[in-house]
Amino acid sequence: MQGSKREFPLHDQGRDDEHIFMALERYRGAPDALIPALYDVQREYGYISESAAAAIAEILGIPLSKVYGVATFYTMFRVKPEGEHIIWVCESAPCHVLGAMDILRTLETELGIKIGETTSDGKFSLKFTSCLGTCGVAPAIMIDDVVYGNLTPERVLHVLSEYR
Amino acid sequence: MKFYRSHVLVCGGTPCVLGGCKAVRDALIAEIERFGLQDEIRVVETGCLGPCDMGPIIVVYPEGITYGQVKVADVPLIVEEHLFKGRPVENRIMTHEAPSKGVSSLKEPPHVELQKRVVLRNCGVIDPDSIEEYIARDGYRALAQCVTQMTPDGVLEVVKKSGLLGRGGAGFPTGVKWGFTARAGKGQKYIVCNADEGEPGTFKDRLILEGDPHSILEGMAIAGYAVGADKGFIYIRGEYALSIQRLRNAVEQARKYGLLGENLFGSGFRFDVEVRIGAGAYVCGEETALIESMEGDRGEPRIKPPYPGVVGLWGKPTVVNNVETLANVPPIILFGPEWFRSIGTAECPGTKVFTLTGDINNKGLIEVPMGITLRQIIYEVGGGIPRGRQFKMAQTGGTSGGCLPEALLDTPMDYVSLAKAGSALGSGALLIIDDSHPIIDIACCFMKFFKHESCGKCAPCREGVDRLYDIVTKIAEGKGRLQDLDLIHEICQVMQVTSLCGLGQAAPLSIITMLRHYGDEIRDHITNKKACLIGTHSV
Repeated sequence: MQGSKREFPLHDQGRDDEHIFMALERYRGAPDALIPALYDVQREYGYISESAAAAIAEILGIPLSKVYGVATFYTMFRVKPEGEHIIWVCESAPCHVLGAMDILRTLETELGIKIGETTSDGKFSLKFTSCLGTCGVAPAIMIDDVVYGNLTPERVLHVLSEYR
Repeated sequence: MKFYRSHVLVCGGTPCVLGGCKAVRDALIAEIERFGLQDEIRVVETGCLGPCDMGPIIVVYPEGITYGQVKVADVPLIVEEHLFKGRPVENRIMTHEAPSKGVSSLKEPPHVELQKRVVLRNCGVIDPDSIEEYIARDGYRALAQCVTQMTPDGVLEVVKKSGLLGRGGAGFPTGVKWGFTARAGKGQKYIVCNADEGEPGTFKDRLILEGDPHSILEGMAIAGYAVGADKGFIYIRGEYALSIQRLRNAVEQARKYGLLGENLFGSGFRFDVEVRIGAGAYVCGEETALIESMEGDRGEPRIKPPYPGVVGLWGKPTVVNNVETLANVPPIILFGPEWFRSIGTAECPGTKVFTLTGDINNKGLIEVPMGITLRQIIYEVGGGIPRGRQFKMAQTGGTSGGCLPEALLDTPMDYVSLAKAGSALGSGALLIIDDSHPIIDIACCFMKFFKHESCGKCAPCREGVDRLYDIVTKIAEGKGRLQDLDLIHEICQVMQVTSLCGLGQAAPLSIITMLRHYGDEIRDHITNKKACLIGTHSV
């Protein structure tokens, strides 16, 4: 489990976790708040741990299986720790046509990992995204929540160097 | 309100932000102050101006001169020469390589000549963070007119008469859709703005939301008045950080001005809007999947009927409209249905916002009357194919749309003509592909997308896209058999007829049209065991 910095110890509420627990309280008994609740937890901890999922299930009053079902359905949620920086590579048609695979190969070679993996130092995870909606500047990637467009293999190496 | 002799608009759409427009804006402000011009010249950050790959873009008004690919280092020259001495920096003015319309004029930047801006009337013209600027451009006047001078039925009638077709992709008549909800009794009803734009190649909604967020709120409130709903939701892609921020700001401003909330314009009508964030699932653009997601579930489509217009969000009658549809509503109220029908074609009135991507000179956002031909868009507005290559294929309607060869370049771009040509207008994405790409490689890319995005609820789609992906990949690797083509046809037919929602029904369209128009190339791959490395294209 590389790249993980914090767990979600709701059962022995540490001082640090009290505010997220309090924040989730406002969703008590509101099953339709599942997606906002998952976002809140992920913003705080980087992913949705088992104990966090259990806490959400209890507060919202829904089965744990539903929390997992929803968390794993949507691309933006993660149920295991990822690298410190997530690199989202867009490989939909507009990016593909303008060389997304060259960008992907460059990233895989440079980081020494395949798409879907995390570097051994826990620094970077490489993931696919279906579309970033920035097709006018294809090919594009997103690192955490910053988008980079009009990429070439040289430019993507330069972008990467800023995160090292 | 203070008056300035000149306004400098800095495009603040996402592509320009990526290009460094914030630094350019800051440099402009600093340089203008250095020349002591800050009381005469105002710098405004706007929404998208259109030609996204030319960013950062700035426009100087009143002259309307556009500078493209502006770097911070260009700013001192532009300020000194143009803004201080009044001499536009000729060699920095944006031009493009379009053969016929490409001659740059100072008044009209070349990319707007064939265009007609209805939906994008304010994009790139006003500061999207300022409700005052929206109001100064007749903003909220249509809403005022509706709630103070018209009956809900009257509003509905105007929208019906305008012939506005939903711009999310399906092209269903908006007035008819509103009618279902209007007739669905008296209780709680909702308006949902579908801003979960996920079609690859489409980014129009993002740029409309970034450039003119108030027009969406106004369109939603008018829809609410027409059907008897007092609450609206905007369901927006989680990836669209800037749109979310501008929408939230717009909602807050509108509430402060009493343009959302209780008793609008003293009419007794109340309407409020809430912004909800999606979490990354293409299928949530389908209206019932979107509703499931808003209720906190996996975004899996519901079986229709009942339609959301009657049984929607939390079981209540709900209108789900696309961003671009809603942006059309205020001008239709202000200028009337006849005016709207005077634009575009008889069956598909109005304009359409398209996004141009792929192998084309001018990538970006355009708005043109419905019925303009594909050839005009590619060669006149889009400036043609770069690097001296030849046109090979255009995919209309995004990854779920169909592919058109050169012989069909004169197809009018509207819902009816494209359906006749075996394709779809969809949400307006246009992907242009030149002759450097093997068709089968592109097919793999399309099917990979659907394999990832099928929600898995119904078997024809879940199993179908998986099989299609396997077969086209095998052909691309030089391991295909001719019988595979029959198998592709069979799977496609089953998916089109039996899939639960539009995703599964539309996923085969690209493959079917590729086999129709590029069958020889694909058969050649199979018989000669040609392997095309995926993604061989390099610029």
